[in-house]
Amino acid sequence: MSTQNASMEAVNLTKIYSRGSEKVLSVNDVSFRINAGEFVSIIGPSGAGKTTLVNLLGCLDNPTSGTLRLDGRSIFGDSQNLSEGELTKIRRETFGYIFQNFYLIPTLTVMENVMLPLTFYRKAGTENESLRLLQLLGIDHRKDHLPSQISGGEMQRVAIARAMVNRPEILLADEPTGNLDTKRSAEIVQVLRELNRSVGLTIIMVTHNQELARHADRLLEMVDGRIRELDLSGHAPSEE
Amino acid sequence: MITKFQIAYKNLLRKKIRSLLTLISIALSSWVLISLLGFNQGYEASLNKDIDNMGFQLMIMAKGCPYEAATLMLKGGTGLRYMDESIMKDIVREPEVDRITPIMMSAVFDPNKGESGGISAYFGVEPKSFAQMKPFLKFKQGDWFTDENGYETVMGFEAAELEQREVGDVILMPEKNVQFKVVGILERTGTQDDGTIFVPLQTLQKIFHRTNEITTIGIKLKKGVSSVRLEEQLYKLPDVQIVSLEQVKDTIMKLISTAKIMVLSIAVIAILIAMVGVINTILTSVWERFQEIGILKTVGAMPWDIFELIWIETLILCTTGGILGILLAFILAGLTDMAMRFLLPYAPGGGLVLIDLKLVVITLAGIIAIGLLSGIYPAWKAGRIRPLEAIRGEVGK
Repeated sequence: MSTQNASMEAVNLTKIYSRGSEKVLSVNDVSFRINAGEFVSIIGPSGAGKTTLVNLLGCLDNPTSGTLRLDGRSIFGDSQNLSEGELTKIRRETFGYIFQNFYLIPTLTVMENVMLPLTFYRKAGTENESLRLLQLLGIDHRKDHLPSQISGGEMQRVAIARAMVNRPEILLADEPTGNLDTKRSAEIVQVLRELNRSVGLTIIMVTHNQELARHADRLLEMVDGRIRELDLSGHAPSEE
Repeated sequence: MITKFQIAYKNLLRKKIRSLLTLISIALSSWVLISLLGFNQGYEASLNKDIDNMGFQLMIMAKGCPYEAATLMLKGGTGLRYMDESIMKDIVREPEVDRITPIMMSAVFDPNKGESGGISAYFGVEPKSFAQMKPFLKFKQGDWFTDENGYETVMGFEAAELEQREVGDVILMPEKNVQFKVVGILERTGTQDDGTIFVPLQTLQKIFHRTNEITTIGIKLKKGVSSVRLEEQLYKLPDVQIVSLEQVKDTIMKLISTAKIMVLSIAVIAILIAMVGVINTILTSVWERFQEIGILKTVGAMPWDIFELIWIETLILCTTGGILGILLAFILAGLTDMAMRFLLPYAPGGGLVLIDLKLVVITLAGIIAIGLLSGIYPAWKAGRIRPLEAIRGEVGK
């Protein structure tokens, strides 16, 4: 499997929400770069803005200000204002998404859930990808089961297979282990790590679990909407 | 690969009862629609057939006399007027006339008919001239009367079936206590002749003490001849009325038009109810799957894909419901026919509900078009769902 992996660059990225009359600064003037093929973990306490940031990076949400570039191409900012249709195209060509709640379609079997993205968009050479991914993730024996008939860990593997089936350039995982026990969480992160190493897939994973986050190449911490880089032991470089 | 059709189909199976109820409402609308459209064309076709099968284009009768069996029944067998047979000599001389036949209608109350008795109509006819007028009449058993003064009868198919008579049996004319021997039973014609009991004209005249009197003269015109001049000429005869069967048809069609408007209104209401049902089902389904639709968008579905997906669900519901309704219409055609006959003041013989391929196609296309129209709003709403809002469950909740 080969993917053409992309780099991402955020410059002064800011997101302000309105909650009634109150304004909430969720992402505050954040700048960083993620190189192609990197596995980056974003950690931080609840409400720090991690999910908002990953939604901005995945073009699921629009920033209030700032610039987001994908392989040097402006998605937001630089006087760029893409339509919802154009954003959908970027999303399906570039990103794979994994969520804490898996969001599998309950009426479709495991195999059908994995094949779902191909119904709407199919990159060349992905014909046999579904079964290959299920085999790779060790759940091919469950392919004819409904989501309700498999475990949480298996569901997340299905969600990973679904995210990977169209060979995305960047995989965004928002608390992918949030609903799993320690053993299953470690297995999922191990799967992501292997995907990153075997195909050089760029992975951005949000987690509140520092132990799991350390499996990444880089660690970013968000606190109160601001971001800073930590070393893999969890310390800011300036603290050393 | 999984197709959009499979996704839509599997989703409909998720809420089986709700989908089934919607399907039933569509099926019922489709049934009502095709049955009523079938009635519209069937009634007219049967009426035309009835009138064509009368074998004559003009009828002459004494002023105020009912001119066919159904009206006679409707009036409880009363109101008959008579004219002298001699009038026939004048009529047959007219150049437009091909042939004529005298008829005497009479009705008696039969206490054994139905639950509380009913009217039985007897037609006194001359077999020779009457049969020439109606060459399509075929005998299931036996033949016409052997004696023009005899106590013999030829029974229409339904009349014989109702009375359970065979050739050789005897029937009793109530009130008059006269017995007739069954000499012939006609094959089914799909006209009012099926329910009629024919007896020799002279015998009937004798029984009712109406020697040389008749109620009706049927006139068959020469081919391609206009009846206008003849009608003018016949009106000059004293105390008669002339009924052109074309005119009869127009009158009945006018009479029936109110009923037609009413039944079509019912069809429209049924369709509107089904439409609201479809919108409600699909819209509810969209709101319930708000998050799922958001996820579909994150895995690559464009707004049009979602629109299409929801539309396919509507299409599946409407096509299946439409086909079921059409099948139901075929199965229950007999029942619909009976109900129509019960409701209408006059119904011709033959099938009242005529459903052909053209009507099936029109109904199915109509139901699908209405369904797709109903699906536009839910599909449009679904297509506009933004993935992030859906994942957060902001709008769906």
